[in-house]
Amino acid sequence: MNDVTTSALEVANAVLELGDGDSRVRALDDVSLTVMPGELLAVVGPSGSGKSSLLAISGALARPDSGTVRVHGTELSALSKSAATRFRLRNIGFVFQSGNLLPSLTATDQLRLAGRLAGNRRIDTHALLDSVGMAHRAGHRPGQLSGGERQRVGIARALVNAPSLLLVDEPTAALDRRRSHEVVQLLAERAHGSGVAVVMVTHDRDVLEHCDRVLEMIDGRLGVPALQH
Amino acid sequence: MFLALRELRFARGRFALMGTVIALISVLVVLLSGLSSGLVNDGVSGLKALPATAFAFDEGTMKDNAFSRSVVDDDQLAAWHDADGIAEAEPMGVNIVNGVTADGIQVDLTLFGIEPDGFLAPAVSTGRGVGAVDGIVVSEPLREQGIELGTVVTLDRLDVELTVVGFTQGQATFGHVDVAYLPLDTWRLLAAGASEPGAPTRQQIDSLDFPFASVVALLAEDGVSPDFAATDDSAGTTTMTLTEAFNASPGYEAETLTLSMIQIFLYAICALVVGAFFTVWTIQRSHDIAVLRAMGASSRYLLRDSLAQAAILLVSFTAIGVAAGVGMGAAMPDAMPFALELEPIALASCLTIGLGLLGAAVAVVRIARIDPLRALGGQR
Repeated sequence: MNDVTTSALEVANAVLELGDGDSRVRALDDVSLTVMPGELLAVVGPSGSGKSSLLAISGALARPDSGTVRVHGTELSALSKSAATRFRLRNIGFVFQSGNLLPSLTATDQLRLAGRLAGNRRIDTHALLDSVGMAHRAGHRPGQLSGGERQRVGIARALVNAPSLLLVDEPTAALDRRRSHEVVQLLAERAHGSGVAVVMVTHDRDVLEHCDRVLEMIDGRLGVPALQH
Repeated sequence: MFLALRELRFARGRFALMGTVIALISVLVVLLSGLSSGLVNDGVSGLKALPATAFAFDEGTMKDNAFSRSVVDDDQLAAWHDADGIAEAEPMGVNIVNGVTADGIQVDLTLFGIEPDGFLAPAVSTGRGVGAVDGIVVSEPLREQGIELGTVVTLDRLDVELTVVGFTQGQATFGHVDVAYLPLDTWRLLAAGASEPGAPTRQQIDSLDFPFASVVALLAEDGVSPDFAATDDSAGTTTMTLTEAFNASPGYEAETLTLSMIQIFLYAICALVVGAFFTVWTIQRSHDIAVLRAMGASSRYLLRDSLAQAAILLVSFTAIGVAAGVGMGAAMPDAMPFALELEPIALASCLTIGLGLLGAAVAVVRIARIDPLRALGGQR
């Protein structure tokens, strides 16, 4: 499905500054990174180290002040705001903290809405929910689901439009140890199985064993962690 | 509308509360509209029924109650007869009297003295038209008070006896008093104070020299807007068009202005309440909207969805409110001047919905300003 020779995500010398005047912080300081299709990359680091900023520029939610971001060969900074929105819709999937599902929609409808946004009204929601082990909860709303179940539905929703890049923000923040492992394992399976590239930001070092590669972010700089697990 | 409908169902408690407020406002709007139409009918339906284009009052007549204050003479009438663009100019007498029937029913009547064969002669639903010197053609709803063909009304103090010979088509009232058409000659007899007790006779009329009336009723030639001001100068009159003349009927302006003001306030309240609700609602789900935008939903999609949601809410609950209002209006006691008319109610419903949507639109525009970045990081 995804071209193996083109990198799914390529960030080169990205710099992003946030805030104004005295409170100006360099959230990303000359960050470079390449992720290949089918790879699960974990980015660890303390809060405020710039992990979320990395997700933001990779997902076309923010534009770096300098440097380039390419997703599956497309240069993001060359896109207009609305073109970036459309691009995000079709090529990038987001998995948010604790799922961030819409409270009014059942699991099935979460997926259907994601499909409809991209103009796709024929989603095999059952198969998708089944692939994350949630077929039996298809008719439940987020309020009736546990944290781990919400996260699974969130992953299924992010995969509806078959993105080439999946950006995952602290997926285990609200989960216990066992469920954290299950969720990250699921991400690894999806990456290896369907060839989608996954970038997961986390500060949960317990789950890194499932990841293909781990990078550490400290004060906006990306590097190989001192203590590899 | 995928999301809109599901949110309506999910947050039905909140939307039902808001909807109830909209429905109650609609009920009030319908009742006010009915009351307003009813008062207008009660006030000027007699004038509305006249085929006149305009009325010439004696120059300088005070605007309020002008019909019964004004006195015009034959010279003024003649000047209007010869005016350009005027097809018909006829004298008309107006005054209000009290009377009692043989059965002891007390009635107030606005006497419209007209030329029996003139253009002002009313169409009748039953009986004969204006003609007999002691005959009156009265407003249809007077039947409900027990007035019939042949009923003799004796005017207070004058003891003049007038006989009901016909009924108008529909309601004809002026200043909340039922209209009685009668020949101008008979009206002059009463106005001159030359009447004698009993039914007026041809002899009394023939011996009277009283060349006055209240106003000159004017009918413009087809498709012509005459220059009223020019003839006013030469005739010594002040002309008001038919609709301007409504304000010259007793209490009309005061009543309609009061009701209009209440209605305008209601529309403003509707827009503000709906706007406030959707502002809070939008802020409440701003995190969800940030998530949707991060997923790639366009502003247009989200705005359309939210406006559709507001429209569904407004249309359905306005319909419920209007239905309830019409139901309540139909059960109003007869003593209340209340008229359910399709046009003003349709207009009022559209205004309620339109202004509500405007309020909602101002509120949901903030969707476009929600930063999808908020979807990342900590919850809410």
